[in-house]
Amino acid sequence: MLSDLLLILPEEILSVGALALMMAAAWTGDRAAPALTWLAVLILAVAAAFLPGVRDPGGTAFGGLFIADSFAAFAKIVIFAGAAVAMLAAMSWFGRDRDYRAEYPVLILFSAIGMAMMVSASDLLTLYVGLELQSLAAYVLASFQRSDARSAEAGLKYFVLGALASGILLYGISLLYGFTGTTLFGGIAAALGDGISTGELFGIVFVFAGLAFKISAVPFHMWTPDVYEGAPTPVTAFFASAPKVAAMALLVRVAVEAMGPALNEWRQIVIFAALASTILGGVAAIGQTNIKRLLAYSSINNVGFALVGLAAAGPAGVASVLFYMTVYVAMTLGAFLVVLRMRDADGQPVEAIASLAGLSRIRPGLALAMAIFMFSLAGIPPLFGFWPKFLVFNAAVAADLTWLAAVAIATSVIGAFYYIMIVKLMYFDEPAPAFAETREPVGAGLILVSALFVSPLGYLLIPALDRATLAAAAALF
Amino acid sequence: MGDFPILSAILALPLLGAAACLLTGATLARWIALAATLATLTLSAGLWLTYQVGGPQWQFTEYLPLFGRFGWALGIDGIALMLIVLTAFLMPICIAASWQAIGRRVPEYMACFLLMETLMLGVFMAQDIFLFYVFFEAGLIPMYLIIGIWGGGNRIYAAYKFFLYTLLGSVLMLVAMLWMVNFAGGETSIPVLMATDFPVEAQPWLWLAFFASFAVKMPMWPVHTWLPDAHVEAPTAGSVILAGVLLKMGGYGFVRFSLPMFPEASAQLIWIIFGLSMVAVVYTSLVALVQQDMKKLIAYSSVAHMAFVTIGLFAFNRQGIEGGLIVMLSHGLVSGALFLCVGVVYDRLHSREIEKYGGLSNNMPVYALLFMVFTMASVGLPGTSGFVGEFLALVGGYRANSWVAAVATTGIILGAAYMLLLYWRVAFGTARTAEAAAMPDLSKREIAILAPIAAAVLWMGIYPESFMRPMRGDVAWLLTRIERAAPTGDAAVTPGRPPAGAPHHGEAAAPAGEGAHH
Repeated sequence: MLSDLLLILPEEILSVGALALMMAAAWTGDRAAPALTWLAVLILAVAAAFLPGVRDPGGTAFGGLFIADSFAAFAKIVIFAGAAVAMLAAMSWFGRDRDYRAEYPVLILFSAIGMAMMVSASDLLTLYVGLELQSLAAYVLASFQRSDARSAEAGLKYFVLGALASGILLYGISLLYGFTGTTLFGGIAAALGDGISTGELFGIVFVFAGLAFKISAVPFHMWTPDVYEGAPTPVTAFFASAPKVAAMALLVRVAVEAMGPALNEWRQIVIFAALASTILGGVAAIGQTNIKRLLAYSSINNVGFALVGLAAAGPAGVASVLFYMTVYVAMTLGAFLVVLRMRDADGQPVEAIASLAGLSRIRPGLALAMAIFMFSLAGIPPLFGFWPKFLVFNAAVAADLTWLAAVAIATSVIGAFYYIMIVKLMYFDEPAPAFAETREPVGAGLILVSALFVSPLGYLLIPALDRATLAAAAALF
Repeated sequence: MGDFPILSAILALPLLGAAACLLTGATLARWIALAATLATLTLSAGLWLTYQVGGPQWQFTEYLPLFGRFGWALGIDGIALMLIVLTAFLMPICIAASWQAIGRRVPEYMACFLLMETLMLGVFMAQDIFLFYVFFEAGLIPMYLIIGIWGGGNRIYAAYKFFLYTLLGSVLMLVAMLWMVNFAGGETSIPVLMATDFPVEAQPWLWLAFFASFAVKMPMWPVHTWLPDAHVEAPTAGSVILAGVLLKMGGYGFVRFSLPMFPEASAQLIWIIFGLSMVAVVYTSLVALVQQDMKKLIAYSSVAHMAFVTIGLFAFNRQGIEGGLIVMLSHGLVSGALFLCVGVVYDRLHSREIEKYGGLSNNMPVYALLFMVFTMASVGLPGTSGFVGEFLALVGGYRANSWVAAVATTGIILGAAYMLLLYWRVAFGTARTAEAAAMPDLSKREIAILAPIAAAVLWMGIYPESFMRPMRGDVAWLLTRIERAAPTGDAAVTPGRPPAGAPHHGEAAAPAGEGAHH
């Protein structure tokens, strides 16, 4: 029992910390919100420091319901980092309108617990509980700006469609349980190992459909642009980063650990979702006029590329997915941090893409950072965004899916079009009305760090990240 | 040179210059850029002087396993050396040509150019296949900015077209590279891969993937359409870099990858190269003939000249390959110089319309003289660099396929037609506009830009041995790689069957033999 509790130490720290912060928030009110945010970041850091599976092999807890291996540890580090950045970015953004409330960091912490459960789930029920915990916090976050109709709409939309997806997922879970007699990943794999019945196949399809919703892969992506556009920008930044990593890691674990024997069955689903996402994410983004919608399609596009790595399966494929999501989080958060700086002269947030015009003349540093993120998202070397794409394609080629790599890489050119369109706006066009001057040292620092990470300097991190992702992937096999 | 990492130093110099440019004002940025490019040129000249002809195939090699799956592997052979020298030679000229023509956002402009120089040199130095890809692709970013920010009226369309065309071309190459490295067991070194025999049935696919990339870069008909747009809209120095160096990456790619790595596929698919090159020579020359825009005319002539390169490189014999390489070097100098010549008059009149000029030999004699040297070199007049390359390429092409050589030769005639027509309409006769008649002759800066290129063009024309000597060993190595697949040409001299018994006046053949004597 004690060893079980030690294995979930990070989750315990987060839970106790989040509850304590909630109490503190209730007593101190919103004045202490910034201090609570910093405390929440500290809690995340402490939780990360006690992660099992980083140096030790980790282990399973509660009779196999929960697993803390190096795969979970790697995903959790990325998730906690993404959550921390999303919190810090929100502080100054909301703070200006005096509507930043102390519940914000608490909700993110709750969501982080859910995400940690998701990536550590080795049982369909743990999976579901983690997913719902994360989602419920996210629904509230989406409608965090109560006075804003768009925010409320986004929250409602997210909730209704999320509930639908949960239903689909639960249906798949019940089918799998019915036909295999267990909810443990290992047990399901053993049952699938001796032939796959029609009922099991349906279960697999429904589970994948439910999870595809969470990673917003085509054709379950419809909610993404609307929710990303309506939610407050820092919340959107959060949605695009940590929960994506958690859902993707969860999908990888389910696919490999629970459904490994059904590889040929789910590979078709993943390949379809991957190509549909890269194509639709590229084509649909071209006509957008709102930067948040554009980044929503960009995230759909990126998820498609990560799925190419999953389609490759095998340790190299899994490692490439983890690598992809790590770099993706940095690029996306960086781009959103720049968007968070966009305010007109009255201090109102601006979301029109056109308002970026001529940014390089007015704010050269900000424009350079945005250009780095855009070229990186497009996967143009020597920026670091190229490397994860390289890895997923490499994994696909090594898995004898050369055609998939060739088609997927060709679709990346479609995506490149709208990324370079942003660069064109910032560098080639005449300046639009200037943004208000902002002094946000935290935001600026975070932009600098993420820009440096995706700059060519990031290539120096390849050996370390390679080692970490391969070790994490090895835990699944 | 000892252990001094001279190649890394050559790459670092422009990069440091670029960073420094961004931190300063316009005037200082110009001087920094000039100093950085001149220093790079000096180091590159040192490279040329210390390169041991007949020494090891790969010299000045450096290796650092920095990036896990691929390394910082640099090294050059003779072919790369000549292209590096060409690049380093053109860069200070580009900076000097932009001295006054570029008036806004000068620090960023200079930074883009210096970054471009690093990336182009990196392409020629890379000894690791993925490092090559990174440099090859990365060049898109600064060139996109150069065309888009400092270009002409239709710059945005041209910038998009340039970027997306070349990107689409090269992504397939990446997949082929991944396949090859997987096949070779994770080996990423270009020299090792060049000596690897890939399965014959996979070669055509790989070859086509590389071809997609290099044909766009080259550019070959029909994927050349980005080039006229990009050339017309780019600032003068941008055009020089495009024509002078960027286009050479296509030819370099064919020599470095397509030929030695896939000799069988190269031989099988030679009809694609020859067919497209023949169309390019005739078609783009005819298109050039009717252009009203000087830059467009030179851009189309570039496509035609590049077709000589492909014909030569794929001739599978020494003359052809050496000829193709010399055409690459020569075209780099000549088309660059022609764009500079256009830039000179554009700076004065702000028009590229041929109709606006005329009679420039009256008021701009020095300009007319230099322009003529480059025109003649472009036509391929003996004594200029153009002749050496095109002659060799045609000789090689003839040995491979006489029809190809016959069609390609018409390109020389058409080339003479459009270039002489251009020169005649611009330099001779009387000025068509008063502004053209009032243009002053070349300034000292402009002479300093054009004269070195003219000297190099004549040097290459009169004593090409200086340029061919470093490349000879590498061409020989390439020939040993590809000779097993070389297709037999139709123009080889086959010993005729002499009338039987003719020399001996044998009995049976006597009537025929007798007949021959009468």
